[in-house]
Amino acid sequence: MDMDDDHAGGGRAHTVRLELDDEPGELLRALEPIAENGGNLLSIFHERGSVTPRGRIPVEIDLECPPSRLEQITAALREDGINVIRAGTEAYGEEVSVLLSGPRLEADLSDTIEKIESETPGSVIDLSLSGTTKSDQVSSGRFRLAIESGRTAETLRAVREVAATMDLRVVEPLVEGQR
Amino acid sequence: MKLAIMGAGAVGRSVAQIAPEYGHTVTAIADSTGSVQDPDGIDVNQALTMKRNDGTVGSEAPEALLEADYDVLVEATPTTLGDAEPGYSNAVAALERDRNVVLANKGPVAERYNDLMDVASESEGAVRFEATVGGAIPAIATAEGVGPEHISAARGVLNGTANFVLTRMQTEGLAYEHVLAEAQDLGVAEPDPSFDVEGTDAALKGIILANVLDDGGHELADAKIEGIKDFPANALEVAAEDGMTIRLIAEVTADEVRVSPRLVPENDTLAVTGTMNILQFDTEHAGQLNISGRGAGGPETASAVLADVDRLSCKSGSGRSS
Repeated sequence: MDMDDDHAGGGRAHTVRLELDDEPGELLRALEPIAENGGNLLSIFHERGSVTPRGRIPVEIDLECPPSRLEQITAALREDGINVIRAGTEAYGEEVSVLLSGPRLEADLSDTIEKIESETPGSVIDLSLSGTTKSDQVSSGRFRLAIESGRTAETLRAVREVAATMDLRVVEPLVEGQR
Repeated sequence: MKLAIMGAGAVGRSVAQIAPEYGHTVTAIADSTGSVQDPDGIDVNQALTMKRNDGTVGSEAPEALLEADYDVLVEATPTTLGDAEPGYSNAVAALERDRNVVLANKGPVAERYNDLMDVASESEGAVRFEATVGGAIPAIATAEGVGPEHISAARGVLNGTANFVLTRMQTEGLAYEHVLAEAQDLGVAEPDPSFDVEGTDAALKGIILANVLDDGGHELADAKIEGIKDFPANALEVAAEDGMTIRLIAEVTADEVRVSPRLVPENDTLAVTGTMNILQFDTEHAGQLNISGRGAGGPETASAVLADVDRLSCKSGSGRSS
């Protein structure tokens, strides 16, 4: 794999997953940094049908470029404020589930999602909620987060902070730490 | 070896009863109000019958046990926090007489590990504490066998009460309070369950492991602890939808000792059920090691105490194998 890096011009297919605001011109705005940084667009899959909990639209873009250029492209996208969920051909990017529980989770749901997206490096890609019942005074939600590779610990720390400010109980996944 | 047993709760009593099978003689036993001793071996049944009938094992003062004729002091008084007394002073008294100490009491090694090892380094006696982590599971012996320097992390389910509550809640879809009351009826949870459900007990075990792996330096106050008190049943429900479950996990890493409820896959090695415990070591050359077993109970914990006594016998050459 690393050998490809030495082929300065050697193109290779990569998949970049973005989440765009549902506004006119957003897709074009996302394509510009790719073209400007030498990426060759192969296909664009605009998933209008599957809006994320935050109301964003997932977009999957296949492009060709030398692997060394991919970082440049994702950096340029992020600089333009575009939400990059995943970039790369391999498992570049991680997904984890986090549980949150609290008496106001249901009422504050959009606020909670908003805070996770703005205050942590993670992005909410799926959500399952169980409301309050006679025996459960709290509601609980399972939040599936997409996280850039290597930023899981940082994301979980930030989720803890968000939860603390919103009076939510957190159950984190067991991500194996090292001594 | 001659054993003096300080503490006549479930563990102390079991040690007294099964010690002869291991070739040892019980020369003294004490509870909180009395003690009995005999350099040729006490009548264990008589002492325990007396405890049942009169509330104490013997007519002498409990402290008199420390002056008895013994090779190993088995410290099985209840775990206390902070200064870890009276367990700590009992252990020190034995070491100062150049006797060995086997702890079932977590306090001295979780709260005052460095102090205790300093005293031990001046003594002909040694300190062992297998029974303090994971009951019957050979946790400390495994860490020593692999070598602490070859272990990069340890984690596990180390409190059977909390695990029982979580697994019952999930399998039966019952509320926390309901399952806790059931656990209390079954004797799985104490009348005051806070030590277990608030995560303190699991954290003490995590701290003890950290002390073994790092050769000291940790105490309970350094642990990050979150228990399962009032845990919502619907959190287990949303976890199950995704093939996950929740376990109270104690984790020992380079950064911290942490106890918290965590999401794990339902079929994960760590997702033991009921009162079972499991301990997992990440090793440098051998991948993961997993050991599961009964984490509590009189005979189970006593077997760990007596395994320690055997290790001391091997070391001193005065055991039954000599």
